Amino acid sequence: MGARLTRWLISAPPSLFLVTFFLAPSLIMVGASFRHPGAFGGLAPLVAAGRSGEHGLTLDAYAFLFGDWIYLWICLKSFVVAALTTLVCLLLAYPLALLIAASPRKRRDLLVLLVILPFASNFLVRVYAWMIVLGPFDLLYTQAAVLIGMVYVHLPFMILPLYINLEKHDPVLLDAAQDLGANRWQRFWRITFPLSLPGIFAGSALVFIPVLGMFAIPELLGGTRDILIGNLIKEQFLDNRDWPLGSALSLLLTAMVLALAWVALRLARSSMRGVS
Amino acid sequence: MKRRSLVLWALAAAVYAFLYVPLAVVVLFSFNDSALNAGWVGFTTRWYEILFSDRDMLAAAGNSLLVAVLSSIVATVLGTMAGIAIHRYRARFLPALVLTPVAMPEILLGVSLLLFFRQVLDLTLGLASIVAAHITFSIGFVAIVVRARLQGMDDAIFEAARDLGASPWQGFRHVTMPLIAPAVVAGALMSFTLSIDDFVITFFTAGVGVTTLPLQIYSLIKVAVTPEVNAVSTLLMAITLTLIVAAARIAPEIMRARG
Amino acid sequence: MLLELRNVTRRFGGVAAVDAVSLGIESGEFFTLLGPSGCGKTTLLRMIAGFDAPDEGEILLDGVDLAGTPPEHRPIHTVFQSYALFPHMSVEANVAFPLVMSRRPKAETAPLVRESLDKVHLADKAAVYPHELSGGQKQRVALARALVNRPRLLLLDEPLGALDAKLREQMRSELIRLQRDVGITFVFVTHAQTEALALSHRIAVMNAGRVEQVDTAERIYGQPANRFVAEFIGMCNILPAEVKTANATHLSLDLGSLGEIVAPLYPGVRAGHRGLLALRPEQIRLSPHGHADRLRNQFEGTVQDTLYLGDVTHYTIEIAGGYRLQALAPNSGVGRAQLFRIGDALTVAWRHDAGHFIRD
Repeated sequence: MGARLTRWLISAPPSLFLVTFFLAPSLIMVGASFRHPGAFGGLAPLVAAGRSGEHGLTLDAYAFLFGDWIYLWICLKSFVVAALTTLVCLLLAYPLALLIAASPRKRRDLLVLLVILPFASNFLVRVYAWMIVLGPFDLLYTQAAVLIGMVYVHLPFMILPLYINLEKHDPVLLDAAQDLGANRWQRFWRITFPLSLPGIFAGSALVFIPVLGMFAIPELLGGTRDILIGNLIKEQFLDNRDWPLGSALSLLLTAMVLALAWVALRLARSSMRGVS
Repeated sequence: MKRRSLVLWALAAAVYAFLYVPLAVVVLFSFNDSALNAGWVGFTTRWYEILFSDRDMLAAAGNSLLVAVLSSIVATVLGTMAGIAIHRYRARFLPALVLTPVAMPEILLGVSLLLFFRQVLDLTLGLASIVAAHITFSIGFVAIVVRARLQGMDDAIFEAARDLGASPWQGFRHVTMPLIAPAVVAGALMSFTLSIDDFVITFFTAGVGVTTLPLQIYSLIKVAVTPEVNAVSTLLMAITLTLIVAAARIAPEIMRARG
Repeated sequence: MLLELRNVTRRFGGVAAVDAVSLGIESGEFFTLLGPSGCGKTTLLRMIAGFDAPDEGEILLDGVDLAGTPPEHRPIHTVFQSYALFPHMSVEANVAFPLVMSRRPKAETAPLVRESLDKVHLADKAAVYPHELSGGQKQRVALARALVNRPRLLLLDEPLGALDAKLREQMRSELIRLQRDVGITFVFVTHAQTEALALSHRIAVMNAGRVEQVDTAERIYGQPANRFVAEFIGMCNILPAEVKTANATHLSLDLGSLGEIVAPLYPGVRAGHRGLLALRPEQIRLSPHGHADRLRNQFEGTVQDTLYLGDVTHYTIEIAGGYRLQALAPNSGVGRAQLFRIGDALTVAWRHDAGHFIRD
């Protein structure tokens, strides 16, 4: 009896808050994508209020979205940017994570802290820093700048899961592999790398998904030429005030994210097949 | 890894340099006696003086502080409860509900809250909407930290407490609370930091009249880049750096809790 | 001689973990390094495998010094205490690993793997993953993996440590059978003396980095070289003694307040030598008080303590001079009850050729 009550008392407040401020808004966004845009922005009413003008539900937003190839092109571009960012992050993060995991305990904590500290700076500050650095080299407002910015901001998210995974590896396994004839490269490729796959997938998910939704970095570092899906969404909600289209775009982004998360989960599960 | 190869060290050093050099440049130029962020001219603190007499900036800082304090308090309480609930009760929906706001792109949370506040609640966007938004994504972080701490503990001690006569409340007060206290404090510091630093979600839920520090920085960057931005950036970095180091000291779990 | 250790020494921070150890291990034998924790046996094993190098001395395999050869190039494989099976590979892939490392053509690999798994009776588990196996099965996979490419030497680091008692016994027989079957030299490290006695052709008893005695199991047990070996292997009664006379057939020992007894001859021992008499508990015969046996060495005593072990009972008996003797007697009474109870008066006796004199 008391246990049940306790369980409710503890679970209910956070659940209620999140249902109200996360779940409900998400569902409303789904609904909004099927509405008409309002005369002065926002959404048009569901029921006509005696004025002329659009009301009710419609598929206009989606028709617009899938009718014009440019939206899908931007989606694809966002996907490619996210993939590139993830790859570069992985290549930069892996040696660092290996080093940290192989270091003695005390130094390890310090090295991890040094990885997290840049994360302490404000996101905009980090982007701004690259605006300063790239400016003199004429690299600002290029696609390379956007990529550098994306990698810079998200690198810690790749380093940490990798490190957490690598830290757990049993060193005896490498001893056993060496004992049975494996040289350095073979030990890495056949033992360390396969066992680090769950960390790779976790880190990739933590980079790929946020990058998909970014708008500030393309805007500040890429100028107005290179827009990604995040910029599109921002435009619809704040500049054009076409909320249904913005909602539809958001749902498209959500669908991409969910698909990716599903793939990542499947991959992680199959890579962990032999590991408990 | 028997012997750490030189190549590995060199690569790692390069990555660390990549991480820190741009920030060092920002800090450096905040003391640069030149309006352009180009070459070094001389040492000065005038940008800081301008900063402290900038009304808009100070108002924004005040707002940021207020929002951070309010949202971190509520987020810590709710997040701790969520962390305990996830660890102990293993409900199916709760982890998804709590952790999704953390996992998905911030812009989605931002626009959906914008829709919610304006369309459904017909609320004028302002501090209240910002606080609510910040709490929403902070709950997940606190929950992760608290849960990580709980996972690292032997569950048997809670049973032992009950076995020795403690009621659920006493068990919580005398056993659970003291043991998760470091994680709770770290979680509070983390959500404070996240709130002060947040840009994307605040961008959509702030409305017209209200700014926070990151939003103010954003407008400055877009309009006119002056080293005043460097100055405020440096100060902000110093503050959040202190908070993160403090959090890491109190609960090393946060460094293992990510991902 | 297959493996020779010459004056091998290894120090850690000034303390010698392995102190001037010299050993010779013959091809095809089951050789055990036996000793308490910290005696240096694992350090020695690691040096043979190549994970550590001696500070002084040489390790020679087939007459060739192994110094400078890394583990992956030594024809020596190790079965680790925690088995160290690769969790992300199936049993089959684990066993095939050494063959893959030495770049054997795939066609050769499969039959060798199957043969190795057959030898440990796990051919049906080839596609299974390590986390699905029991402790004993993991052990056998580790063995199969280390043997698949026929190394010159197999090192086993306390492999039976994590198994429960019944399983240990089973694995012991398995190991003996396997070693005799493949004919590969085994160097086994353990602190469990029963295991050592059961498995080995020869045993090296180690203590604090030094080798106390290298001998066959029977001689280690029956003729311990010193007090440490006598007390480390099984239970042992240790009685201080001085040699009164030594003639062609036996020794006469003066046990102080206990008087004189007769003991078997030991080469090189003469009158006046001081030392210890090592007497095993099972060598002591117990008979009810007054029922004198015709055994040479007899004392009267009282039972102080008993420990019933099912098939035998362990008795602690106090005799003259305050000496306490440990005796082991089968429970052959009615219903397998023990023969004597605490407080019983009885006669303890042992043969004239029982016991072993250890010279100081």
